[in-house]
Amino acid sequence: MAHLSDTETAIEPAVAKAADGNFRLPTHWLGVAPFFIFALMFLIFPTIYLVVGAFQNNQGEWTLENIANLFQPNILAAYWISIRISLASALLGALVGFAIALAIVRGGLPAWVRSATMTFSGVASNFAGVPLAFAFLATLGRLGLVTILLREIGVNIYALGFNILSFWGLTLTYLFFQIPLMVVIITPAIDGLKKEWGEAAATLGATQFQYWRMVAIPVLWPSFLGTVILLFANAFGAIATAYALTGSSLNIVPILLYAQIRGDVLHNPHLGYALAFGMIFVTGLANVFYIWFRTRSERWLK
Amino acid sequence: MAETFLSIQNVRKAFGATTVVQDFNLDVERGEFVSFLGPSGCGKTTMLRIVAGFEEPSAGMVMVGGKDVTNLKPNQRDIGMVFQAYALFPNLTVAQNIGFGLKVAGVPRAESDARVAEMLSIIKLPEFGSRYPYQLSGGQQQRVALARALAPRPKLLLLDEPLSALDAKVRVSLREEIRGIQKKLGITTIFVTHDQEEALSMSDRIVVMYGGKAEQVGTPFEIYNKPATRFVASFVGTLNILEGTVSDPASGTVRVNGSEIALKRKLDGKAAGDEISLALRPEAISVGDHPGRDASIAGEISDVSFLGSVIRVRVGVGKNAVSLDTFNSPATPPPVVGETANITFAASDLLVLQ
Amino acid sequence: MKTGRFWAWLTFAVGAAYFFIPLIATFEFSLRMRRGEYSFDAYRVVFGDIRFQETFGYSVVVACFTILLGVLLVVPTAYWIRLRMPHIRPVVEFITLLPLIIPAIVIVFGYIRMYGSSSPLPFLATRRGTDLLLIIGYATLALPYMYRAVDTGLRTIDVRTLTEAAQILGAGWTTIIARIILPNVLIAVLSGAFLTFAIVIGEFTMASLLNRPAFGPYLQNIGANRAYEPAALAVIAFAITWGCMAVIQLLSRFAPKSANNPSH
Repeated sequence: MAHLSDTETAIEPAVAKAADGNFRLPTHWLGVAPFFIFALMFLIFPTIYLVVGAFQNNQGEWTLENIANLFQPNILAAYWISIRISLASALLGALVGFAIALAIVRGGLPAWVRSATMTFSGVASNFAGVPLAFAFLATLGRLGLVTILLREIGVNIYALGFNILSFWGLTLTYLFFQIPLMVVIITPAIDGLKKEWGEAAATLGATQFQYWRMVAIPVLWPSFLGTVILLFANAFGAIATAYALTGSSLNIVPILLYAQIRGDVLHNPHLGYALAFGMIFVTGLANVFYIWFRTRSERWLK
Repeated sequence: MAETFLSIQNVRKAFGATTVVQDFNLDVERGEFVSFLGPSGCGKTTMLRIVAGFEEPSAGMVMVGGKDVTNLKPNQRDIGMVFQAYALFPNLTVAQNIGFGLKVAGVPRAESDARVAEMLSIIKLPEFGSRYPYQLSGGQQQRVALARALAPRPKLLLLDEPLSALDAKVRVSLREEIRGIQKKLGITTIFVTHDQEEALSMSDRIVVMYGGKAEQVGTPFEIYNKPATRFVASFVGTLNILEGTVSDPASGTVRVNGSEIALKRKLDGKAAGDEISLALRPEAISVGDHPGRDASIAGEISDVSFLGSVIRVRVGVGKNAVSLDTFNSPATPPPVVGETANITFAASDLLVLQ
Repeated sequence: MKTGRFWAWLTFAVGAAYFFIPLIATFEFSLRMRRGEYSFDAYRVVFGDIRFQETFGYSVVVACFTILLGVLLVVPTAYWIRLRMPHIRPVVEFITLLPLIIPAIVIVFGYIRMYGSSSPLPFLATRRGTDLLLIIGYATLALPYMYRAVDTGLRTIDVRTLTEAAQILGAGWTTIIARIILPNVLIAVLSGAFLTFAIVIGEFTMASLLNRPAFGPYLQNIGANRAYEPAALAVIAFAITWGCMAVIQLLSRFAPKSANNPSH
């Protein structure tokens, strides 16, 4: 009995506290305040600062001049090559990653292949930046192992026009983290395809091809597209690999912005803001497209 | 007019060294509803999947309508199948799900739409065509799955534990609905279940399976009342086991807990003094005298549970205990624990377990 | 089925070749420093380099503080949202995903302009302040991974029941989070921590633009000026990443299982 009354008195403060929370909302919000303050100060305000700056001139007046100035040939070229590399590495990475994920989930391979691939993908998707550039220089650079071996069997890839410091060179390098990232994200989605769906389709007379066209691909499509957008943003913002690989010889947006931050190469700080705004605009646009697509065509998603 | 429509002949299936189905023979008539009943791992689902074409038998053949289909792929067999987990395509509406088989078969749009509407009304969900599967309850999803399987007018309907994922009430109403639709369409059906009540209530015939073999094939009445093996007797329905000794094998008398009972049938292969296991269904037993119940054994009431309309009574008989249900009657007080009581039954209801 | 398996093996083999050839080539290249024979000279030079030791040490310390900040920020938030404010979860999840959309270079650019020495919050005025800002920046980059890991961990335990049980015994909020919730999601937190470590240790952009002597800018500098050492450094960096992932894999075996998460 003594025990019982002890617990009862202990419950009361807890109940009272919970009841208080219902009347005074702010106490609820206190628990998440640090997070929101952090997010505002170090994620959202800095971004807004740049976005606002992109629409102001040095005197602090509103203007569209900075945005207009983005449309000069070398900046447009930088955006164009950035978008092309990001799109190429995202699409290729997504397709190859999807094929590999499909092979390890549905290909009837031994279980160790799958677990080894998943572990390796976890590593490789995080192996980006400067060291990745070193690895590809050691492989496909002018003195790289593959370059030398191919030369010995009579194929001089540099004479054939290949250059690691080019569009295709950079795309090939980016695939080293893009493909594994796709594998890591899409494998659970492929796992989510129920075996019975395929069997039900078969009993209804559908061929494998019909099943994939009418059921499996529509079901996977949102995850697939979402990952492509993620891979795109991933490549679009990446700078370390490209910078270590090419120095500043390849004119992509992050490298241009890097040079601008270090030394105001554009001779106009607000044009730098506009450059940053342009980057957010492109990745943001990709996401808006994704959200729009998802809400429009995927009504079956809960 | 018994016409064999589905014939399964000498089918055996082994995965590596383990044999999951063996010596399986079954002829199913056109329009018949046959259940495969058994515990998990008994091979019933494997057998169904062989009929569907998802598994290739290691030996034997499957014939449908006189044609050997053993080597046909599932999508060439003209079957409809319903799965335990519904397996509706989540990206398609209810109507598109039902129309799936018609679409892949290239049925013209107008004809397919009419058939879908017809199926929707058969499953009593006429307003649900434009919904998505996640918007339906489990029972509704399973009805849609049934409609989807039946829409292309398959020759054979295969049901793989279609009710197991549903809750008890829906299960009972849906099993009546499935049986009703099956009778109306007259489609030959194989139904796999581990639930004996489902099998007994729905089937024309039941195949009780155990360890990859068919233990007994028969009507629900035969399976329940004349179980061929000890496994069938214990798996189907509740059984009370009584241990006794044989007094006279020729006239068929046995002694249980001090009482002599005349079975009036010969006990082949038994000698006087042999141990014998006898079984009784709960509904065949009463407490106290009852007309038509010619055998009686002394016992002691060990437990009484009041369940509303029935009262479940456990009676200790020697080292065995039997349970039986009596109907509640406001006028009669229930038995009291500790009382001695005679249990009575018709000797002909006693099953001798081999 | 047979042809399907053939294509699966082929896909796997081509993929394996693409991923292993650069690793082999890098390793081979790193051994070529001594003319005419293979040697570990490049590694000897790298490990002997005082700047390697300094920058690597700096990055390790920064990574540890990043993890600490990340845990302090994410665990109470994720816990509180599960317990009391499930309705704002989509908002919080959206915020934690922002660092995947806003490039790191943009975020750090914003810091440089907002927190310069003449601003109201002059992080960049002092060296310690800049270190702090770098840690904050890294915590932002790691936010998507940390939040995901912790939230997954919380899903496997019954937050509400544990909290109520602790409250009945008279525990306060600090005690509940530090003594009840954290130990229960420790495995998840550690997974997030090692992932954070792998991301932070060689990070280049933020460290370089904030002018901190971190490992990433050192790597870049070596790459621009040396021939064989970069390959050796790439092998070392890969080994570190591999080590972090191996620890995460190992940890996931100890993760609590639940109805929501039976397959792991």
